[in-house]
Parts: sequence; structure tokens; C-alpha cells
Amino acid sequence: MKFTIEEVTVYFPYDNIYPEQYAYMIELKRTLDAKGHCLLEMPTGTGKTIALLSLITSYTLSKPQSPIKLIYCTRTVHEMEKTLAELRLLHDYMVKCIGPAAKMLALGLSSRKNLCVNQRVLAAENRDSVDAGCRKLTASWVRALAAENPDVPSCEFFEQFERAGSGAVLPPGVYTLQDLRTFGKEKGWCPYFLARHMVEFANVVVYSYQYLLDPKVAAIISKEMQKESVVVFDEAHNIDNVCIEALSVSVRRQTVDGARRNINRMRQEIDKFKATDASRLRAEYNRLVEGLALRGDLPAADGWLGNPALPDDILKEAVPGNIRKAEHFIQVLRRLVQYLEGRLETENVEKENPVSFVFSILNQAGIDQKTLKFCYDRLHSLMMTLAITDTDEFLHIQTICDFATLVGTYARGFSIIIEPFDERMPHIPDPVLQLCCHDASLAIKPVFERFQSVVITSGTLSPIDLYPRLLNFHPVVSRSFTMSLTRDCICPMVLTRGSDQLPVSTKFDMRSDLGVVRNYGRLLLEMASVVPDGIVCFFVSYSYMDGIVNSWNENGILKEIMQHKLVFIETQDVVETTLALDNYRKACDCGRGAIFFSVARGKVAEGIDFDRHYGRLVIMFGVPFQYTLSKILLARLEYLRETFQIKEGDFLTFDALRQAAQCVGRVIRSKADYGMMIFADKRYSRHDKRSKLPGWILSHLRDANLNLSTDMALHIAREFLRKMAQPYDKTGGTGRKTLLSQEDLEKIVFEGSMNDMLY
Amino acid sequence: MSATQQAVKRAKYKTTVKDPGTPGVIKLTLEKLIFKPNDPTSKNKLEVDFRLIKSHKHTKEGSNKPPWLNLVHSQGSYIFEFESFPDLHICRELVGIALSKHVETTKVVSDEQLSSSEMTLRIKLLQENSKLQKLHKELVASGKLTESEFWATKKKLLDQDESRKLKQRIGFKNSLIFDTKPTSDGRINQVKFQLTPEIKYQIFALKPAVHQAFLNFVPSKMSEVDFWNKYFKAEYIHSTKNTIAAAAEAAEDEDLAVFLKDDEILENEARKKVRRVDPTLDMEADQGDDYTHLPDHGIFRDGSKETSEAQNTLYRRTLLQDLNRQSEVVLEGKTLDIDMEHPRTVAEVLARRKQESDGVIEEERRNRISKMAQIEDLQAQDDHPFAPLSIKDPRDYFDSQQANAVKTLDDSLAGKKLRCNLSSEQVYGSLRESISNIKTNGLKHPLLSPEVAFKVLSGLTKNISSTKSNLGKSSQESVLDILPNTIKEKLLDHWVCSQELLRHFWSSYPVTTQSLVNKARRLNDAITQINSKLEEIKVSAQSDLRHQVSLVVHPMQQALHAALVHYDADDKKRTAKGPKPNGYV
Repeated sequence: MKFTIEEVTVYFPYDNIYPEQYAYMIELKRTLDAKGHCLLEMPTGTGKTIALLSLITSYTLSKPQSPIKLIYCTRTVHEMEKTLAELRLLHDYMVKCIGPAAKMLALGLSSRKNLCVNQRVLAAENRDSVDAGCRKLTASWVRALAAENPDVPSCEFFEQFERAGSGAVLPPGVYTLQDLRTFGKEKGWCPYFLARHMVEFANVVVYSYQYLLDPKVAAIISKEMQKESVVVFDEAHNIDNVCIEALSVSVRRQTVDGARRNINRMRQEIDKFKATDASRLRAEYNRLVEGLALRGDLPAADGWLGNPALPDDILKEAVPGNIRKAEHFIQVLRRLVQYLEGRLETENVEKENPVSFVFSILNQAGIDQKTLKFCYDRLHSLMMTLAITDTDEFLHIQTICDFATLVGTYARGFSIIIEPFDERMPHIPDPVLQLCCHDASLAIKPVFERFQSVVITSGTLSPIDLYPRLLNFHPVVSRSFTMSLTRDCICPMVLTRGSDQLPVSTKFDMRSDLGVVRNYGRLLLEMASVVPDGIVCFFVSYSYMDGIVNSWNENGILKEIMQHKLVFIETQDVVETTLALDNYRKACDCGRGAIFFSVARGKVAEGIDFDRHYGRLVIMFGVPFQYTLSKILLARLEYLRETFQIKEGDFLTFDALRQAAQCVGRVIRSKADYGMMIFADKRYSRHDKRSKLPGWILSHLRDANLNLSTDMALHIAREFLRKMAQPYDKTGGTGRKTLLSQEDLEKIVFEGSMNDMLY
Repeated sequence: MSATQQAVKRAKYKTTVKDPGTPGVIKLTLEKLIFKPNDPTSKNKLEVDFRLIKSHKHTKEGSNKPPWLNLVHSQGSYIFEFESFPDLHICRELVGIALSKHVETTKVVSDEQLSSSEMTLRIKLLQENSKLQKLHKELVASGKLTESEFWATKKKLLDQDESRKLKQRIGFKNSLIFDTKPTSDGRINQVKFQLTPEIKYQIFALKPAVHQAFLNFVPSKMSEVDFWNKYFKAEYIHSTKNTIAAAAEAAEDEDLAVFLKDDEILENEARKKVRRVDPTLDMEADQGDDYTHLPDHGIFRDGSKETSEAQNTLYRRTLLQDLNRQSEVVLEGKTLDIDMEHPRTVAEVLARRKQESDGVIEEERRNRISKMAQIEDLQAQDDHPFAPLSIKDPRDYFDSQQANAVKTLDDSLAGKKLRCNLSSEQVYGSLRESISNIKTNGLKHPLLSPEVAFKVLSGLTKNISSTKSNLGKSSQESVLDILPNTIKEKLLDHWVCSQELLRHFWSSYPVTTQSLVNKARRLNDAITQINSKLEEIKVSAQSDLRHQVSLVVHPMQQALHAALVHYDADDKKRTAKGPKPNGYV
């Protein structure tokens, strides 16, 4: 369908539209007009993504004189794939409506691991070795060697891509990662470098958050993006965590040992070069004297990971004299590693701020702040000079230098915490020195400053006023939409008591109570016998899930459950989890029915949809609080209280409830879908906890469902499923319209009664 | 049908049943059978093509006769005595296949290409059902019906057999990992494991490494019992969750290590599978894109992430992994259903299956994503003529759909728009409309005039009552029982035959194609023949039986007459070149 929002013609690839999508588009359009940032919360299952894509592309189309680029950030690669699939739908539709004028270039960008087509490189196990494998074939000095000596291997895809020069372009279209690989194979061009090259010209780029937020990656990938871009962070409820993680580094014993090996290796390389090619080292020295000539005109294949500090904070001046010489720098690194190792040997938990930490480095290792700050750049320069390509081996020293650079750059918003062991496993010594960022606004600040509009959107951004504070920005629009449902297709319930009427909870003191374990088991068993197709269960942590599944196994409940459905489980191994998910879907597709056990805050909860028959019921066992005794968490809470006056308890509850809401929100994808959500913990019945849930869940949480036991929940489930099996009028019948056709929409716009529809 | 191509068994060859037999070796292939006596000087050497074998018989297991296989040829028969019934069964099966193959090649199939499986199925049906065979011989062999025409009315039989073959397989139990738990009676220091062929098969499916080990070790390195002992020892060690002990045991005994270690085959398979997985749930790709979590970057210990104890991971298979694997295997289902008496063969067959089923499904994967991307209820609603089934009030639903059903049946209304939801008034209205329609236009196809129907009915009932009174009280007794056996048999044969012919005859109307014209003509001839035969029987019957015979024959003849009359009338009409092609008056 086609309609106009304030002189912009919007192309929407479906015949109908939800009223909230329409309202969402209006808000978005205003944001774009105002060239400002916005914060939009819209319930899952109302087609956020397509509304976003279709408005922004249509908006660009309506302003041909000032084209806007769309940078769409997703949390995960699979979300990227989903987004691109929707974009393709839209693109096809627009081309059908307008013709070739609507053609655009949209592509997804990922790591070499996901884009490489060179079988030799791909054979490597993990991402880092794929990266290194690629560099071994494509680094400028390797290629220079290969040009002279045909025995030196090079990558034919990269060579052909280079040879094609500016002729290597992607024709307009929508490219998923698979499409890029196919195209690259066909043409014989390296898809990874082709994609990186095309990012500059593409109308829509879809990639992961960190390509913008993590300075290490952003410096390489997103440097060239123009200001006239709209940046969208989808599913952004965890964006503060991504931001602080991007600026955090931790050093463990393995890191220190590895770094030592790296230093020795570099030392040997330096000696070798001194003997054979001393001019190289001298040239480097001269370059460093002249000033910092590191970035800028590096060939694309040479750049690896960028500076861990934010672009504005990187000093644009010459490297200090004491580390210009390679040997001197190696000495500094040795002393630094030595110092860090000494600090790791603590027996107590220590917490320090960066200023005092830098001071003690100066005192004990004789390295000043400025030197620390330049560690990353100096290391990078040295590695280039030494022509080191197996970067995967040098990750440890890289970590140390990143740490040094960050600790030297930032005095506020960080703290250094040294723990001799994990408190949950005090018997295993595993010392770790962590530089953790507490201020989420640091990492995202360059994004807000650089780009015209930043859209932060998710299904769960409640309370919506908290995010501008956490991220320190001023949205021009900040709205939370409710969901107009045709029928009550979601059925949230709070289950406080088990079948024996005793309370259930994952509270610390009740967690290992066998009665609770049994009650949870009976709940799942009873539900498995009445709910068709898929059931998803979320647990508060891996260890809790592991424990409870083992005890269900021992007392036979698991066997009974498995008589009804197949059981699949998320494990810490991603390959296994991926396959388990795939099988889970197959089991739901073929009608066998299955249960998926997963973990709140886990990878599955983060981005896998359990829509339609893949999830008719989701059970959240317990409240997914963070481990509140974690020193890092405590430090962050303290920082939040001091800087933003956010109370610890409030933040913890907010965090737990946004995770819970995120978990249960996975089951709804459209208004035709339906699903039940059980919050199985007595603490959910308390008002202070419950009220933190997003509005669209709260509005369906009836008072009668606030304090249920297993048998009552079972009864409700039966009733609900029976009701949902009935046919219904999708448009919402005579009352409020919940699905608008083109006609309806025109009428509403004419009457100006949109607001009546929504509120 | 598991196609064993040949069999070699010890057997005694007997020329007659009384003959003590010559011991030797019989070798059966699909083409011929070869018998070599143990005594090379013996003259009882045999080499016979299956072409010359007419049929085969064998003794039943459980009867007091020894396992004999009797192959009938034109001059007599070869009898073989086997050592055991399983041997006999293997050979019998092979002979069956060989014979059916041979039959297949000689039979001339006029107008259709049959797959060999279909052919064997037909042959089997004929062999099982002597009556059907007789009928087949009577009708097809004499050329009254073609092969395909004959089987066209027997579709049901064919289908039935088909469905019997494809009947649902029993899958794996979803409880294997519980079934192989050790049981202990608590008194002695001993645990027991249960092991059935079914469980062995499941273990192979669950653990390819064990499967592989079985193929490698048994029987060359250890006996089967030893193998399973070892396996369960490993299982027991594993169940104690003592990874250090496991590591120690594995270090001592390398065979045992195979069971304790992670399954490499599984890992490789997983890596292969993960490449084919739906990209919208590919979390591995996601990990490959995550540069924030470079080793030691990001926050390591903030309480939301958990660190796993990475010690001795090699010997730590968790329950969770087992559960995933088990569900996967159950979902895949059994890939074969042969009886599981010999784990060795099961193991081998499984290995073969594995290789076959490795296909790539890239296309399907892409379709799935694009389908997943769409939001269903935003799309235009499909205009199905029928409303989705509602269980609210079934009567309401069916009433409302009735109107649609009538409309779809009636071609003249095809242009009219169909509606899904009708109120009861509308339904009533549409019903009335169609009634009045019929009233004014009349039914289009008057099948039978009421007068004729009445006449037939009274004729039939009259007959029934008259025979009944003639034959006395017993309802079991029928006219046929009074007749001598020969006549009775003959009559029954004719009855079956004429029924079959009539069925074909009437089904070939209306005659629209040339082939149907031919068929009708052929059938007409056959019916005339059979009619005359019946007449003969009637005439030749002894006078005291004549009445009874005619009583039985009369309705048959009536039916045949009706067909003949119809044929004549239709023939005339067709030759008379009218505008009405169909046989309606």
C-alpha cells in the first residue's frame, strides 16, 4: 500500500497496516525532519522493523537532493539476516511501484569469518584465526613478496578484487551475507573487502552494534560514514551494556603469560630485522619522530583493529620519545606486564580508580600516563614494521596495550577491580584485573555527535525516561506505544504458588529447595500436556538451569515431560545451541512439539524469535537479577547513584525486568499470533517489581492472574488456548480498528482521528 | 524389500519326497539356481534357469516337516531340504523375487509402463487370492479385458497394499538416556544394565563413535559381549560424574577412552550441519562477528555472565548435551526397520544409510527465510470460499457452508461470488432458491423413472419371497446349497465373472472416446458369451434342479440382458448421428 505522511509518500509492502505502525512512522518522520535523535518503544509483534525501513527509505526517496543513508544496527547476525529479508520485500515492492528509480543498494556487513569464500582461510576454527589467515594472504608486504615470488601464497579473490579496482562494484539490490558470498564467488572478488568498499556508497547498511559503538572496530569500518545518516539501533534495550563492554578490558593470568610470549617473539623479530633489514626499523623511527603517520592511507587489508579509545580522545601528536625505538618500547611493555602480573597476585578484592592506578604504574614501573596512552598506536606501528601477520597469536599483547591506552586516556567513568577468584567458585583461583567502564554515554557519544539522527528503538524501553539519562542525550521525540489488539492474544500470568500451594521463587534462600524445584517441574509437566507445539522456558542462569534439569532428571519429572515433548537446551557451546534451535523448529514444524530450555541474558534470549507455533507458551522461571555481589556491578551501581541519582534497587529491578520482558516478548510476532507468558516467581506479584514491566504486558495482566497456583494457571491456559483457536475478524470488527487497509487509512487521515485510534 | 542379490546355503537335494537327498551347497541368484553336491562324483548336479521354474512351495515353520523348498518345473519338481528354517526363508524370498522378475519380463503389458514394484505387488495379490487369480485368468488371459482395465477397478486392493507398506514406523522412544541407567539391588556391589536389540540400535544412532568403534572392534578385536561390557563400564564411570576418574581410566585403557571422549564424529557432523542452518538462528555466525568479546575484552566477571569450569572438558559430557542429542535422534526418527537381531548388520546398514542421506538443501533454506520475513496478517486476506473451521457451534458452521458447497457444485453459478460467512437466514434463502430452481427447471439428469424403479423393486422382492417359501424355514439354506457342487462352482464363477464384466461395462459409459467404444464392444461380446453359457447351464441342468437353477440364473441373465439392450440402443443412437453424445434419453 501507498500513503502519504505530511507530503512524504510512504511505500509499505503489505496491503494492511497496524495503526501503531502508522503512528510510529509519524513520530519517526518528525524526528528526521528535526534532524534529531529519538527514543521509541513499541511492543514486539507490531512490525517495528518494516515500519522503520519503509519510512526511512521512502523519506530518502522523497528528498533526492539530500539523500540520507540508513545505518541499521542489529545486535546479532541472525537479526541482520531477518532485517535484510524484510528489506528485500520492501525493495521489491518499491521497484514494482516506482520502477528502477527506487533501486537502492543495501547490504549486510560482517566479519571475515562470515564473508570469506577462500576455502583455505575458512578452514580455520575461529574468527581470530580467520582474520589472521586472511592477513597472511592479503597484507601489503605479503602481496609485495608474492608479486616477486610466485611461491608465496596469496588470495586469488582479493587479488582479483584489487585488480578490478574501481570497477569492482555491487549492482543495486539487497544483499544478505549469503548473497554477498555468492556474488563474490561468481565474480571472483573477495566479498569481505567488496562489502567494506561498498559500505561507503550503499543506501542502507546493516551491521552489528559494535561496528559503530566499539571504537576498535568503528575506526576501521565506520570511519567514512557521512553525517547525513540515520542510525537505527534496533532491540536497543541492552544498548547501555554494549556501550560499557566496548570500553572494558580485563587481564587474566593467561593474558599475562601470552603477552610475555608475544614480547619475546617481537624481540626476536627485532633482532632479526636488525641483522637483515635495519633500515626498516630506522624508517619507522623517523616516521614516529615526524609525527603520527599511522592511520590514514593504510591499505584496507592491513588495518586490523583500531584504537580502543574514542576518536576524540586520541592524541594527534607524535609518539613520545621514550618509546620511539622498538627496543625501548619492548622494555616498556615488559615492565608493564611485570607490573600487572604483580597486581594479579593479590589475595583480596581491590578496587581503584584510573588516576591512582596510573600513578602507581608511574611509581613502580616508571611508565608515565602519556606513554600508556600511546601504547596501542606504538604496538600497531611495530607490528606493521615487523610484518607480523598472525595477529591471532598476538591478541594477548594487544589486550595489554588496549588496557594501557584506555587506562591512560580516561580518568572518569572507569574503575579497576582486581579479584583473586570468582566469588561463586572461591575454590578455583582465577585472578582477574578488570578495567571496567561504568558510563554508557562515553561510547555512544561520538555516534550522537556525528550523525544527524539516531533512533533507539525496542519492545522494552521502560521506563523510557531512564535511557536518555543513562546515555546522556536529548531526544526530540520520546514515545512509548501501546498495542491495540484485535483480541486478547497475549495472556501474561504471574504464578506464585506451585501445585502444593507453597510459594515458588528463585530467591537465593529458596533456590535449592527441593519443593520449589519439584513445583517448577510439575508446572512445566502440566503445561506440556495442554499446550500444543512449542514451549520456551527461561531460567535465571546457566548454573541454575543445569542444576534444576539434573534434579528433574533424578526425580523422574524430566522423563515424564519428555513423554509429551522433545526437549532442547541452550548450552554454552554456540554450535550446539544453534543446532538445538534448528531441531526445535523442526520438531514444532512437524507437529511433534518441543520444549526449549534457555537462559535469560543468554544468546537465545537476545535475538531468537519464538513466534507462532514455535512458542505458544513461555515460562520465566524466577526473576533474572544480576549477580548482585559482583564487584563490577556494585561499582557500576555506585557510579550510577553518584552521577545520575539512580537508586541501586531501582536499577537492579529495572534491569531484571527488562530481561524478563525481553524473554517473554519473543513469542509474539503479529496480531494474528498468540501466546501465553508465565512469570513463575512470587516476587512478580509485588507491585514494585511488576510495575517495571512494559505497558503492553501490564495492560493484559489481569488482576485475577496476579497470584496463581499451578492448577489455576492450567485452567486459564486451557481456556485461553480454546479461545484463541476460534476464527476472528482480523480488522477488529466494528469497534476500534486494529488493522487498517488503504481506504481506512485515507479516511482516518482525512478526519484526523488517528489519535482516537490509539489512545 | 531388502534386495539380497544372492544366497548360498547348505541343503540336500531330493528328486522325490521319499529320496534321502544328496547333501551339497545351493547357490541362488536372481537368474538361476546352482546346486553342487558335496560329493563331486555325484550326478545330481543342477544348474537351472529360473525361467524354467513355474512356481515354488515350501513347508511351514512349526509343522512337523523339515524345511523343504519345492521348485516346480514342467517335468516335476526340485526339492531342497535346508538345515534350518531361517535358511529356507532367505532362499524362499530370493526365489520369490527371482520368479516374479521372470514373470514380469515375459508378461506383455499392452498400454502401460509399470514399475517393477507395482508389478510384483500385482503378482503377489494374484498369488494370495486364488479367486482373483481365476478371474484374472478368465478375463485378461482370454483378452476380454486388458491388464490395466482389470486393475483399474481393483485400485483399492493396490492402494491398500501400498499403505500397508508405508504404514507409520515406530520411532525411537524419547527416553533412551533413562533406559540405560544402571539399576542396583542395593545388596551386592554390582549394577545392572539392560540391553535389548532396540537399545543397541538406539545407542548406535545416538553415539556415532560407539557405532564406529563397534564396526572397528567387533568381532576382530573383541567379542560383542566384551564390547558392551566395556561400553557400560564407561557409562557407569560417566554416571558417577567423576571426571578425574574418567580421565584416569581412559588413560589406562584406550578402548575405554573411545567411549569416554567427546564424540568426534558428532562434532564434525555438527560443524557440517551448522553451515546449513537457517541464518535467522545462526548464533555461530554471530559469535564470529563479535569483536567486543575478543579474548579478554569486554567485561569478564560482571555477574551476568558465567564462567564454566574448563577443567577436563574432554571427559565431561553433560546431561544437557545428552538431552539435545537424544531429542535430535528422536526427531530424525528411525532410518531403517529391519529386525534388530544382529547388531553387526544393523551397524553396517546404519553406516551405509548415513552416506546416502547427506544432501544439501540450500534452496529450501532461502525460501524459508523469505517466508519467515513476512507478517501474515498484514497481507491481503486470501479469498477462500470456505470459512476457517469453527468449533464454537458446529451446526452453525456447517449450515453456513452448505450454501457454498451447493454453489461450488453448480457450475452455472460459478461466476457468482462466494461468501464465507452466512447467517442462517441467508442459508435458508439459498436453500429455497435452489429448491425453486429445481422446481422450475427440473433435475437435469433424471437417472431412473419411478415406474421402472418400482417394477425392479417388486420383481426382486417377489423372487426373494418365493424362494424362501420354496425352501423351507432355514434361513441359512440357500438355493445354491441344493445344487450339486460342480454346477454350484460353475455358477459362482460365472457370477463373479459377469459381475466384473458388468462393472466394467457400465463404467465405460458414456462412451466418449474410441478406446471406450472398443472396450464396450469387447465387453458386449463377452457378455453375450457368458449369457449363452448361462443358458447352456440352464438347459443342461437336470429336470428336478432346473427350476432352482433358473431361479439363480434368472437375475444374472436379467442383468446381462439389460447391458446388452443398453449397448444396442446406445450403438444405434451413436450411429444415428444425433446431437446428443451421451447415453441419456
